[in-house]
Amino acid sequence: MEKTVVEYIKKARSAGLSYEQIAEQMGKAGWNMANILHLLLSLAKQAELPEVPLAVSAKNIKKSYGSIEALKGVSIKVPFGKVFGLLGPNGAGKTTLVRILTTLLTQDSGSAAVAGYDVRRQADEVRSVVGLTGQYTAIDDYLTGRENLELVGRLYHLKKDAVKARARELLDKFGLIEAADRPAKTYSGGMRRRLDLAMGLFNHPKVLFLDEPTNGLDPQSRIALWQIIKEQVAEGRTVLLTTQYLEEADNLADVIVVLNHGQVIAEGTPEELKSKIGGDVLEIHLKEISDAARVAELLRPISKDEPRIEDQLGIVSVPAAGGASSLVAAVRLMDREGIPISDIMLRRPTLDDVFLTLTGHKQA
Amino acid sequence: MMNTISDIAAITRRNLIRYTRLPQLIVFSTIQPVMFLLLFTYVFGGAIQPTGFHDYITFLLPGIIVQTVLFGSMQTGIGLAEDLSRGMIDRFRSLPMAHSAILAGRTLTDMLRNAFVIVLMVIVGFFIGFRIEHGIGKFGMAVLLTLLFGFAFSWVSATVGLMVKEVETAQVAGFIWIFPLVFASSIFVPIETMPAWLQSFARHTPITATVDAVRALSLGQPWHTGFWQAMLWTAGILLFFIPLSVYFYNKRKS
Repeated sequence: MEKTVVEYIKKARSAGLSYEQIAEQMGKAGWNMANILHLLLSLAKQAELPEVPLAVSAKNIKKSYGSIEALKGVSIKVPFGKVFGLLGPNGAGKTTLVRILTTLLTQDSGSAAVAGYDVRRQADEVRSVVGLTGQYTAIDDYLTGRENLELVGRLYHLKKDAVKARARELLDKFGLIEAADRPAKTYSGGMRRRLDLAMGLFNHPKVLFLDEPTNGLDPQSRIALWQIIKEQVAEGRTVLLTTQYLEEADNLADVIVVLNHGQVIAEGTPEELKSKIGGDVLEIHLKEISDAARVAELLRPISKDEPRIEDQLGIVSVPAAGGASSLVAAVRLMDREGIPISDIMLRRPTLDDVFLTLTGHKQA
Repeated sequence: MMNTISDIAAITRRNLIRYTRLPQLIVFSTIQPVMFLLLFTYVFGGAIQPTGFHDYITFLLPGIIVQTVLFGSMQTGIGLAEDLSRGMIDRFRSLPMAHSAILAGRTLTDMLRNAFVIVLMVIVGFFIGFRIEHGIGKFGMAVLLTLLFGFAFSWVSATVGLMVKEVETAQVAGFIWIFPLVFASSIFVPIETMPAWLQSFARHTPITATVDAVRALSLGQPWHTGFWQAMLWTAGILLFFIPLSVYFYNKRKS
């Protein structure tokens, strides 16, 4: 008896079902929940089952629009409860990947699963466990904030009372309760983004997709939104976010994948990525553009990396692993050589620096 | 099935709320048709005396309600193009709802609005001299036929809106072909008064067929004149354009 059940679970696992789904199916078949749990636990202990299911897994996803290859075989793995940052410039394929994972688009080849459901074959199941906040706020300007939320709730087929209660809860949580009964077109940019996000969170999604969530927001609203995203993670939600800003990925993500021209060019924790660049960047703005080559030569001892010259601007920059001491050394050098400068600073590495280090040239 | 119906209801409700919040849409879809009715009756009514009809308003009203639903159906494509360009359709598509409800809710909304406008026009019509001759039952059928015809054209409009994807383009693409169809028909004048070459075109459009059927159900001729021909056109348009608009809707996935 136990053997056939074990066989069944193994088969279901390799078919891509999560433990929860298997338990649910067995429950429907009349199994006692406690027995199922006991069995699953003993199996897990014996390590007879494959690895822990992933929140998102994509294998070799390819997608072309006509002759343009948007994704050239992208694979990612996102564990449950983590924030996954998809970093890349415009046109890198970030949005295309998010659209495929949220069932809005069908991939040409490769396979992807979200919370154990195949995005192609089990699209409705995927839709019921994901929340999406797209690149542009998808709210109805002529509906009030409350109406927008209740519309989404009704489309999740929740009970009327539950819809009303959840809408109120979200309005409250996102600081929109006072504006709840005003048409959304009267909202500020930050309020619109919050409403958009609240709509994505309506059904307590297991995986939240945020496509450039802070695009076009002022710094204050951006930081407020970061806070909201952090709260979601604290509640145990898995978040996949795309961004063009290294700072944002650094601030929010546990794991970052760098995408360029439809390919993964780097993967790791923010620290791993930054250590590739070597921490902060030392940047010198010269008064005389013609000094640039000489300054680059002088800076060579400060960093193991090649100094970078921006000819037209008279800016020389170099990854400065030494931080403040590199800055002091550079100031002394400039002073000793009598080179006139208009500015000298240490700054956080930008996406440009990441790309320069990873690909050897600036982002396309 | 229950979910699909509740989804259609939710989308329809949302679209109707939009109408009440957009004054220019209400003006466009209610005051303008009534203004057309009054202008045509009093500006052209004196010059046009269709033979066999009591007066011009009696001739005009069955035609102008068909014209009104046709213009009204253009709103379907414009509304869909707007939802597409603003990301609303993507939002809906990321929810576990019945996708047919997006198109069905849209076309249903426009049919409800058309029904409201027709009632308004008929009331105004009665005040300025319109009379029916076959009784209220047959006139009710005339109104239903008009609504069904408008519903069919909503799907044509939906197809156009999903193809062009942009609000302004949808507006232009919607009206460019509808003007010749509306004016080269029996809506405003009897076809016999047109030049021969135009007559042969005007006589064979779905609009003339429907207007003739609606007119027959309201007055004069045997009530079933042209009825089945109009039904056939309506059914044909629905059978062709529902699958076509669904095709263009699904094409967004690839």
